[in-house]
Amino acid sequence: MRHIGKALFIATVGVLALSGPVMAEEASSAVLANTCFSCHGPDGKSAGAMPWIAGKSTDYITKVMIDFKTGAMDSTVMQRIAKGFSDDEIKALAQYFSTK
Amino acid sequence: MTRITRRSFNKMAGALGATAAMSLAGYPRMAAAASPRVVVVGGGFGGATLARYLHGFDSNIKMTLIEQSKSFVTCPFSNTVIAGMNKIDRVTHGYDGLRGLGIDVVHDTATGIDPAKKTVSLKGGGTLAYDRLVLSPGIAFKWDAIEGYDEKASGSIPHAWKAGPQTVLLRKQLEAMPDGGVFIISPPVNPFRCPPGPAERVSLVANYFKTHKPRSKILVLDPKEKFSKQGLFTEGWKQLYPGMIDYINLSNDGKVVRVDVKGMTLHTDFAEHKGDVINFIPPQKAGAIAEAAGLTNDSGWCPIDQRTFESTVHKGIHVIGDTSIASPMPKSGFAANTQAKVCAAALAAMLKGEDPGTPKFVNTCYSLVAPDYGISVAMVYGFDQGKIVKIKGSGGLSPSGAPAAVRKREADYARGWYDSITRELFA
Repeated sequence: MRHIGKALFIATVGVLALSGPVMAEEASSAVLANTCFSCHGPDGKSAGAMPWIAGKSTDYITKVMIDFKTGAMDSTVMQRIAKGFSDDEIKALAQYFSTK
Repeated sequence: MTRITRRSFNKMAGALGATAAMSLAGYPRMAAAASPRVVVVGGGFGGATLARYLHGFDSNIKMTLIEQSKSFVTCPFSNTVIAGMNKIDRVTHGYDGLRGLGIDVVHDTATGIDPAKKTVSLKGGGTLAYDRLVLSPGIAFKWDAIEGYDEKASGSIPHAWKAGPQTVLLRKQLEAMPDGGVFIISPPVNPFRCPPGPAERVSLVANYFKTHKPRSKILVLDPKEKFSKQGLFTEGWKQLYPGMIDYINLSNDGKVVRVDVKGMTLHTDFAEHKGDVINFIPPQKAGAIAEAAGLTNDSGWCPIDQRTFESTVHKGIHVIGDTSIASPMPKSGFAANTQAKVCAAALAAMLKGEDPGTPKFVNTCYSLVAPDYGISVAMVYGFDQGKIVKIKGSGGLSPSGAPAAVRKREADYARGWYDSITRELFA
């Protein structure tokens, strides 16, 4: 199985290289994070009443977003927005903002 | 480059045939110029965001932004000016921030496009060449749609649906109106810019009347059966402005068929309504340059590839914001902003001959029912089978019957959103 997987990987990457860049299954981290800036400011650096999210830890952002999704944490609009992001997307967002 | 996880790798391996075909057939590589030229028409929520983000993705791009006004007055929060909560300066923004990034901001009007030669002609006489053109001209009004209401009429019965002098005019009229007067507002048919905007305007004018002219009344004549966030607005109106607002929908003869400017009267099929101040918001269509360039279809708006916002009429021209058909997204400044970011990412990739990537959008429309009473509607959008789709289970309205503290928080967030997005665009 392992060998078949490796062979498939090589074959696939070979074809991908020929076909040009991969069409992403999901939006890139940059495109995902850009959706947050409209309220939370560029790179999550809020200008006003919206919470600042730049530089918060990956674990913290992930937990808060998951808690918004499940309803474990109270919110106004974020419980409605967090439900629009998969767990993988939330991880990508958390990693993005933790480095800002 | 997207990080390849095992899961996405497996998915990719499965979808490989389709992916390869799409890359070859859908998005051919372009002969990449050393410094590609991108011209952006319109410096509002769509155009200003596009210019800034495309510059951020690739500062090598030579970018020109064409905007007729020296400053941008936002429609969001212009209702607070009409209601006397803010001065017009609070919602006016300049272009020095964009200039500081090296973006060439030209104050002129685009009058024509030659999609074959890839040029834009300007009212001032010049012609600009582009490799890619982005149009974000906002809305135009259908001046001929309702008898008696043309551009001249808006000098005495303002629409105030493009912020600026019209906003100030409506404010002055409301200030001059005697206590006990009648303010009539007539919203347009769908689709139009900012669906919750008319009801927010009603709310904040009601708040002004309540504190300054408490015997005054507001009449809403709607050519539609219902309006955005109706349940939440109605709940707020009952609580805060009991007896002040009379809403008449289509079934109850709410459709205005004639505007009598001299008589300050709106005629419906079966009645006439005289107002002391009238705000008539005409039906809308794509911005003038989009129509002039033949980019619109029978609906009056611009059909696009919803992945890249490239026009399906003319290649090389992308259309974002109100003027595009980006349904199921609404026509809002927030939507234009989030669309511009997706379009910028796609353009940056396409100009390098790369795949434009997958879109993701968020829209949140805040409305103020009173200065400390906010409500919202939100939605998250993804992309599936060539179309923008609502992500199931996401989005929706603020809860009904929420305590005052929750309404206060949403009002604070409305202001926080405004501060963030205007700084994002213009700082």
